Amino acid sequence: MRYSALSLVKNAFTHNRNWGEAWRTPDPKKHYDALIVGGGGHGLATAYYLAKEHGMRNIAVLEKNWIGGGNTGRNTTIVRSNYLWTEASLLYEKSMQLWERLSQELNYNVMFSQRGVYNLGHTLQDMRDIERRVHANRLNGIDAKVVTAEEIKESIPHINTSPDARYPILGASLQPRAGVARHDAVAWGFARAADNLGVDIIEQCEVTAINCEGGHVTAVETSRGTIHAEKIGVVVAGNASVLSSMVDLRLPIESHPLQAYVSEPLRPIIDTVIMSNAVHGYISQSDKGELVIGAGIDAYTGYGQRGSFSIIEHTMQAIIELFPIFSRVRMLRLWGGIVDVSPDACPIISKTPIDGLYFNCGWGTGGFKATPGSGWVFAHTIAKDQPHSLNKPFNLQRFETGALIDEHGAAAVAH
Amino acid sequence: MLLIKCPWCGARAETEFSYGGEADIKRPEAPDKLSDKEWADYLFMRKNPRGTHRELWNHSQGCRRWFGAERNTVTYQIADIFTLSEDSG
Ligand SMILES: Cc1cc2nc3c(=O)[nH]c(=O)nc-3n(C[C@H](O)[C@H](O)[C@H](O)COP(=O)(O)OP(=O)(O)OC[C@H]3O[C@@H](n4cnc5c(N)ncnc54)[C@H](O)[C@@H]3O)c2cc1C
Ligand SMILES: [Zn+2]
Repeated sequence: MRYSALSLVKNAFTHNRNWGEAWRTPDPKKHYDALIVGGGGHGLATAYYLAKEHGMRNIAVLEKNWIGGGNTGRNTTIVRSNYLWTEASLLYEKSMQLWERLSQELNYNVMFSQRGVYNLGHTLQDMRDIERRVHANRLNGIDAKVVTAEEIKESIPHINTSPDARYPILGASLQPRAGVARHDAVAWGFARAADNLGVDIIEQCEVTAINCEGGHVTAVETSRGTIHAEKIGVVVAGNASVLSSMVDLRLPIESHPLQAYVSEPLRPIIDTVIMSNAVHGYISQSDKGELVIGAGIDAYTGYGQRGSFSIIEHTMQAIIELFPIFSRVRMLRLWGGIVDVSPDACPIISKTPIDGLYFNCGWGTGGFKATPGSGWVFAHTIAKDQPHSLNKPFNLQRFETGALIDEHGAAAVAH
Repeated sequence: MLLIKCPWCGARAETEFSYGGEADIKRPEAPDKLSDKEWADYLFMRKNPRGTHRELWNHSQGCRRWFGAERNTVTYQIADIFTLSEDSG
């Protein structure tokens, strides 16, 4: 059923009892043309674009838990495209352009809100880096500007721009088109739209082995039996190394816990997104009024979806440094995800030495913003058996050739 | 919060330590003979296991010495602490 104002009214009359399910719950078939392993936003988007752009309808998404229960449903939803290097900024900007039409495209409100993102600078070097990044962005046609501490204070009255602060705010970069989206809705919207095109979304289906024959993938073993396919795209975020080790493929990935926090709901107080690499924290406010807060990864590797107490303290210090007014706000919930960190803070969206096997991983702390773009280029890579020009630089070989895309400056803490 | 038992100082809070990543990675003995692939493997490729992990820690806010730990990356339990010998990387 198409969602519309009319369908809202009609269903109101029947007390919203007849909405029907948004996607089917099929049993896995024995054979598909392509399988996507991982039912996060990236996997669901990949399946959607495979069906929509490349006409592949006999495909399935295999998810070991429930869709969107991984990092997709655990992130702090910041969407921006102001990366430094051309390769990265073009990829994230492609995603940004897809975001701008996504609710219409999926017929599902993903609540994409372009409320702007500030990246604060606290030192002279921060400001030089910010200016460099803003200029680089503008050369790539991406909206970006440098704002002064006074301009920041005017837009965000509660922020502490005092020159006496321990880490005084000297300025910021601002991307006005950046913002936030509702993460669950992104997973559900892509799932429903893909299902509409015939894609099977199979939850509670864990991939436990990948079978190959003569250098070509043939099937996966799952908790729901063997499923055959000519093409298999793996996009499992923090579990990338677990899947790659099934075929003895070595990846330059380390999985780390990353936490986030939300406060008790407050009246509207922040209408944008503020991030600081120097004091190491970032904050926005959800439509429900909660402050949404995050910071950096735990230093050690880990697959437990929780982090250390010391990180909580560190993050709160950063937020209070920026917003002393929040010193008595209570935190309601905290949680962790597992992020797949790559050496250059850039993703790997690549063919592998095994025919028909594709990996999409390494998004680390910042892949939510890339959900539609990642799916779009990964679908292209799988369907055509070769990367799109946008994801060509993000291959696995770059760690041998040395053509790294070093986004640590723009992406290390920032999400 | 991990409680880590430094072989020299005893059990201390995680915040006193720095993480050193995967253990047992040996510096190449003949660096100029390595192929690009071998360099990539040494520099970047990691086991990143879900389960038992042999890893390095430095007691950076204490005695500043390196040692190894065998930690479960899912439960975060540390099963073993070991000191490093000359040839253990
Ligand atoms: C706390 C936190 C805050 C973040 N903040 C931001 C932010 O503000 N902005 C931003 O851009 N990014 C952010 N990120 C990063 C972002 O969430 C991720 O990069 C992105 O969601 C990865 O997308 P995904 O859909 O591939 O991952 P996931 O949603 O994790 O999907 C992977 C799926 O694979 C499944 N899976 C794993 N193993 C198997 C198997 N063997 N068989 C079948 N299925 C399997 C998992 O269950 C999971 O559902 C944040 C991450 C965290 C944890
Ligand atoms: Zn010690």
